[in-house]
Amino acid sequence: MSIKHTIVALVENKPGVLNRIASKWRQRSFNIESLAVGHSEVDGLSRMTFVVDAATTDVEQVVKQVDKLIDVIRIEDISDRPILNRELALIKVKATPANRSEVLQIVDIFRANIIDVSATTLIIEVTGDEDKVDSLLTLLGDYGIMELCRTGRVAMIRGEDGVTLSEDDHREILLPHLNGDRAPGGIF
Amino acid sequence: MQLSGAQIICEMLIREGVRHVFGYPGGANLPLYDSLPQYPQLEHILVRHEQAAAHAADAYARVIGDIGVCFATSGPGATNIVTGITNAWMDSVPLVCITGSVVTALVGRDGFQEADITGITIPVTKHNYLVMNVADIARVMREACHIARTGRPGPVLVDIPRDVQQHITEFVYPEKITLRGYNPPVYADQKEIEKAVELIAEAKKPIILAGHGVIISRAYEELKELAEKADIPVITTLLGISSFPGTHPLYQGMPGMHGMYWNNMAISQADLVLGIGMRFDDRVTGRLKDFAPNAKIIHVDIDPAEIGKNVRPHAALNGDVKHVLKQLNHEISEQQHPDWLSYLAGLKEQHPSISIRDTDKLLPQYVIKKIYDATQGDCYIVTGVGQHQMWAAQYFWYDRPNTFVTSGGLGTMGFEIPAAMGTQLAAPNDVVWSICGDGGFQMTSQELATISENNIPVKFAIINNNYLGMVRQWQDLFYKGNQVAVKMLNPDFVKLAEAYGILGIRVTQQVEVAAAIEEAMRHPGPVVVEFVVDEEENCYPMVPPGAALQETIDMPVYSEEVLAAR
Repeated sequence: MSIKHTIVALVENKPGVLNRIASKWRQRSFNIESLAVGHSEVDGLSRMTFVVDAATTDVEQVVKQVDKLIDVIRIEDISDRPILNRELALIKVKATPANRSEVLQIVDIFRANIIDVSATTLIIEVTGDEDKVDSLLTLLGDYGIMELCRTGRVAMIRGEDGVTLSEDDHREILLPHLNGDRAPGGIF
Repeated sequence: MQLSGAQIICEMLIREGVRHVFGYPGGANLPLYDSLPQYPQLEHILVRHEQAAAHAADAYARVIGDIGVCFATSGPGATNIVTGITNAWMDSVPLVCITGSVVTALVGRDGFQEADITGITIPVTKHNYLVMNVADIARVMREACHIARTGRPGPVLVDIPRDVQQHITEFVYPEKITLRGYNPPVYADQKEIEKAVELIAEAKKPIILAGHGVIISRAYEELKELAEKADIPVITTLLGISSFPGTHPLYQGMPGMHGMYWNNMAISQADLVLGIGMRFDDRVTGRLKDFAPNAKIIHVDIDPAEIGKNVRPHAALNGDVKHVLKQLNHEISEQQHPDWLSYLAGLKEQHPSISIRDTDKLLPQYVIKKIYDATQGDCYIVTGVGQHQMWAAQYFWYDRPNTFVTSGGLGTMGFEIPAAMGTQLAAPNDVVWSICGDGGFQMTSQELATISENNIPVKFAIINNNYLGMVRQWQDLFYKGNQVAVKMLNPDFVKLAEAYGILGIRVTQQVEVAAAIEEAMRHPGPVVVEFVVDEEENCYPMVPPGAALQETIDMPVYSEEVLAAR
């Protein structure tokens, strides 16, 4: 049975960070269903949301292995928390003057938007959880979907709680001077 | 102070306590080498192949308990250290690699000798850096060394384009760094400690599985206190060897694929397994689903990702071994397990896994045993990978901490020569014996030149059976004896040593062994002793690959016909 887990990570916005994370997934055969990355509320910090199917992947290992990366500051599996999930999809459907009004009706029901019209096509923009997008796609399937583009899930915990930096994340590390005196040995 | 990038690298290394650097120059790290003479505190060892620089720095780091450093140039220089980096990665060794890169204008343009070494090493480093601005070098060096040596140690690579090494900037020593994504645990959760204390109090048949973490954390005292106070026998993994005194009455030797028969049975019957600074590797556990079927598990490890990766523990002590064992020792009460210990002693008597059979032939085990007799364990043992490595683990009793230097996780043949070099430089006043196979020896034998040039007095014992012995053993046992690509036509190892200006000794008879070992140890410089051993000897006990520990094949009984046929 597929159980989809939503994982949120705050990562340094530096070149190569996505490569490091993807490398962990690949090396350890973690199967990722979707991934969305963008800026967070803090400068220099990106927020990733990714979805893992617990039926095929050890979710705890995904979280722990990715957390080991120095550039990953915070990571949390928020599936058991009160969360809001959304994704956005752009759907280009065939719509002739003959059936355009039918399509418009469906779009209306789903509170989606028409963002482009041509003589033979419509581009529909829809926001919602995956189920809503899936349902809309099923209905539009009859008219002919020419192109589809989904962003993947983004998620946020409701209320005061959240996946954010804490005080502890800003601490400076004062390191000792290590001038010499490195010796082997010791006794039992 | 206005300094070049290259000078800053050297300044930082000195401040990190570094004395020796292993490396190889080339086009992209020339500015670094140009600066080296200004820093006589850094002794540079010129190896003959970059892989050796990484292995030598790796062994050096293990022995000294802090970072080991190697230099390589861009492209092929950098890719040549990848095996060494991976070796350090698998065995959690704090290796800091500084590679030169093509000039910034050529980065990403397939310049001459360009290799994407930061990309290549992402999966096998704890972290890596490409430094495109000279102003970042000091901070990056500080971070790199800190990341390499703290938490679960590991290799860190710093790649610096040639022009960045030449650029000049004001050098400010970074007293503080900020790594908001890096905060390794130290103490275990008190609730988990309480669970562990209870499990230890209830256990009737407990065992300790001590790993490399005990050595990395220098927790010898704490491990001994725990074992003695709770009266628990101590088994050490391959990399845990020399974390607990080899002649201690509670010491049981190694478990797993070539571990002691009694240990594999003890693990299978134990009601409590304390895994301390180890990761339940497949060579230790055998078939995982049948591992320690009757046992509760306590797992002490600094890496949260190791906890629950292979074995789900009943108490998860996520922290630094030394600190966690202190927490535990503080709370546990004294225990006695006389029945369990005498049961194990009985097993040992019925299945003496490491007896050397009585024969006139020169057996490899006998050579190891004689090195032990000659040194009484007061030396470092470095090994390559294969049968000789297992015999060095089985037939030697390590009574000094951290004196066994071997390639565990990656199993890198060729480690034995450069690693011996690194070990000897880290421990200049000690005897270093490198136990080698004839196969592995030839993978890095060019380093005899480095050893000769620097007069590094390592004693090499080549266990020469003219075979890739471990591979042949698998072909014999699991491929119906179809021996393919394992017989080796070897060079004259004595002449090879002599070609490098190193004393070479050949031993073909059992009676010559002790004298040759004595001679090697009397000789002030490096020595290569070739022991031409019985070719057919195989390594036992053995758990067949994919089998459970309960299915351990103990020492086979050699029938008269088999022996006569040899």
